[in-house]
Amino acid sequence: MRYNERELLSLARQPAEKAAEIRMSVPKKGSVLKKRLVKLVVNFLFYFRTDEAEPIGALLLEHCRITKEEENVFSISFIEEPERKYCFECASEEQCQEWVEALKRASYEFLRRSLIFYRNEIQKMTGKDPLEQYGISEEARFQLGTHRQ
Amino acid sequence: MKLNERSVAHYATCDSPADHSGFLRKRVERHHHHAHHYGTSYQRRWFVLKGNLLFYFEERESREPMGLVVLEGCTVELCEAAEEFAFAIRFDDAGARAYVLVADGHAAMEAWVKALSRASFDYMRLVVRELEKQLEEACKSLAACRKSPRRSSSSGRKRHLSNPALLPLQEKPAILENGYSTWGSGGCAPGGAACPEHDEGQAKPPPLPPRRRSATGSVTGSPAPSLSPAMLESPVSPDTICFSKLHNWYGQEIVVLRQEWQERQKRGHL
Repeated sequence: MRYNERELLSLARQPAEKAAEIRMSVPKKGSVLKKRLVKLVVNFLFYFRTDEAEPIGALLLEHCRITKEEENVFSISFIEEPERKYCFECASEEQCQEWVEALKRASYEFLRRSLIFYRNEIQKMTGKDPLEQYGISEEARFQLGTHRQ
Repeated sequence: MKLNERSVAHYATCDSPADHSGFLRKRVERHHHHAHHYGTSYQRRWFVLKGNLLFYFEERESREPMGLVVLEGCTVELCEAAEEFAFAIRFDDAGARAYVLVADGHAAMEAWVKALSRASFDYMRLVVRELEKQLEEACKSLAACRKSPRRSSSSGRKRHLSNPALLPLQEKPAILENGYSTWGSGGCAPGGAACPEHDEGQAKPPPLPPRRRSATGSVTGSPAPSLSPAMLESPVSPDTICFSKLHNWYGQEIVVLRQEWQERQKRGHL
């Protein structure tokens, strides 16, 4: 599958929502935990060798499951392949919790659900549709009940 | 650079609803060595927009996407191609190629341009944070309405406004500038109790607070035409400390306006 790698690389250079050095392993046989610079930008998680400018890889964080594993460890897996896990060993339990929370909210789908929720709540409270001012109130993707996860 | 392509492809083809889809002709860039110009040919592909990802398939029935365009840091504009109903996705990165796409007709072109210009994660995040703030304001004004408006500007209401404990919705508070000017008509239910202190339509909107540079950088997509200019410029900062400052700043403005209203009420000018 082709993709605009150049733009993705450019995205990887943007200021991150969250970044840290974390030990990480990929779901490959014999894979061990290695120290990586892990960077969350929009709904992508980039991971770099700590001294390199270009990421080794990127994970699109849609339809994924973030699981708290044993102490200091969390994993990312994708719904169509739940047994293939990317594991992350943090420096502390606190750091681990922060990342789990941040990653759970990092998907576009999560944002969409939030938008629909807030829109509905505001409409109930004020009687006004807050999306009207943006001219996007009719768009299908913002309708209540249209999207199910 | 590796990408979790299998999962991405799965996301593209799974039954979660697409934000937009349809046939578009995609310009193929081919460089003719001899002629020193780009030959232009177009290939018809089935396009599916999901979130900030634009997928294209060889055929509508194809099981796997041919390609993906990540829509962050791009602008979408109509373009001066020989083709009618053509538009381009261009990236901020100077050397990057543009994607030129051709729709079947004017309505389709408009719909695509509209959908694509609002597709970025950044845009979505901006809107969500704005709504978060609006909901908070609606809660506050609803609570304020419930307290009797005839009471003189008591410490109760002042406390109400500047009490950070009344921000239950904000787990990651964000600043958006110019929150009041955008919705001048006030936050209370029109059908329900009208809250006089929120009659911002009569009062002048507060001046813009000092701008803050976003921690999340400037990966902004093409602004949708109907967004107010202030919204476009407003960076978002997840800094908690700054939010309370901004909150107090607006709070002071409200307190003054409310006092003025109360004075007028006492004098029977309303």
